[in-house]
Amino acid sequence: MPGSRWSGHPRFLLAFRLLAALLASMPFLFLVSNIAAQSLGPDPGQEVTELLGLAAFQLLIATLCMTPLKRWTGWSGWIRIRRMLGLFAFFYATLHVLAFLQFILGWTDLWVTFTKRPYIVAGALSFLMLIPLALTSTQGMMKRLGRSWKQLHKLVYPSIVVAWVHFIWQARSDVGEMVFYGLAILVLLAVRWKWAGSRGMIPFVRG
Amino acid sequence: MFIKKRPSWALSQSEITPESVYLNRRQFMSGSVAVAAGLSIPGLLPAAELPVQGKSLNFVPMPDYSTAEEKTPFKDVAQYNNFYEFGTGKGDPARYAEEMTVDPWSLGVEGECEQPGEYALEDLLKPHEYQERVYRLRCVEAWSMVIPWIGVPLADILKRLQPTSRAKYVYFETLHDPDQMRGQRSLFSTIDWPYQEGLRMDEAMNELSFLAVGLYGKTLPKQNGAPIRLVVPWKYGFKSIKSIVKIRFQEERPETTWEMIAPQEYGFYANVNPEVDHPRWSQKRERRLPSGLLSPNWMETVKFNGYGEQVAHLYKDMDLRKFF
Repeated sequence: MPGSRWSGHPRFLLAFRLLAALLASMPFLFLVSNIAAQSLGPDPGQEVTELLGLAAFQLLIATLCMTPLKRWTGWSGWIRIRRMLGLFAFFYATLHVLAFLQFILGWTDLWVTFTKRPYIVAGALSFLMLIPLALTSTQGMMKRLGRSWKQLHKLVYPSIVVAWVHFIWQARSDVGEMVFYGLAILVLLAVRWKWAGSRGMIPFVRG
Repeated sequence: MFIKKRPSWALSQSEITPESVYLNRRQFMSGSVAVAAGLSIPGLLPAAELPVQGKSLNFVPMPDYSTAEEKTPFKDVAQYNNFYEFGTGKGDPARYAEEMTVDPWSLGVEGECEQPGEYALEDLLKPHEYQERVYRLRCVEAWSMVIPWIGVPLADILKRLQPTSRAKYVYFETLHDPDQMRGQRSLFSTIDWPYQEGLRMDEAMNELSFLAVGLYGKTLPKQNGAPIRLVVPWKYGFKSIKSIVKIRFQEERPETTWEMIAPQEYGFYANVNPEVDHPRWSQKRERRLPSGLLSPNWMETVKFNGYGEQVAHLYKDMDLRKFF
């Protein structure tokens, strides 16, 4: 694709971004339509919470795929949707946390839940790490923070690892799905390790 | 594609699309969504199809053994299941349990008893009259249902098998057949199949312990553990083992599946107890299903699931925090 004219055309880029936005909205549309049709089964609160959490996790992984895709294809279109995907992930993560508080906890036992339950602590940590990333995702913040913006946004790596821990701790007896996601995350972190290899020993800390 | 219509209950049997077509359609749909979005959520949603109804059974209602609470509708009882032999999603059993053959069915009886042997299901049940009992079922995952079971008191059948004085525990085992049970084919399952459970002899002989062959007046849907399953209403649902193929009387306490996987989370006794939390969540409350999004049906969990009068004496000298 590099060098070809159509792939750099503004209209094509716009269509690509719209398509990406549509795909990223699918879990939300899916949920809304199923809630409207009351087809989430007898325990809809649980379903909604699980679906939102999984959507956030999947979008976070998708976000981390963009830089490698750009490197391998040489096409910058991937980078143009990276922030949007990341913000979608944050959107789903926020709804997931709210759904958990409302539907699963009913706003009770908050202290015990967030201190004593390891998988919840992991999920909460993952979410907390995403907050500064979402807040500093604008062009203005990017400029203002300069080099430290890049450093700050490396928080996405621990966030996704802790999110995976949050899932694997809940996997009941069949860990196949989470093994698959774990391998995907491993590959995505490994390529970055490789890229940084020539420059420093601790690639996720140094630029 | 996203709007799922509920099949109408008014449809006659002949109008219902064959289940295989439904299953294919679902697979096709989830496949196309997966390709389109790369964001599919297989197995997470409950099955949307009309559950298959069984054959009608003759039974005697047992009001003394039945709660008057509102029953969980059949479609929820038959579509929202934990039966990991068919997958870990709540809808998986309703989707895939049809792959299991339940007729003919036989049970092996072995161990410390006078009447061991391989029994055809009909022979095991023949002398008994079916009862209907409406029990609460409390899942360890903090949801609950109210289900009208059809079956036979477990004690009546166990007595016929004449356990010896050495029989201190009863062990139960679920069918192990990966050809029929796709969850058992999973490479990543941590369950060491077959699924196994057990009761202390006095628990098994308690008047509440029940062997169910049906619910809502008809034979059990396969996803609910056809053709015969245990129902122990004062214990968490995972004790109520499904699709039983083996009963063994033994002197030593049997190991149970969930205890083997996570002994710190699931004990042998597994009595419903709001005072003892699961390490990962509270057991103080439960969502009685069906529960709504805007009006969640929360209620306080009661010790022994409200059956303390009948069973509390079984544990009177035991520390239930230790023997959870």
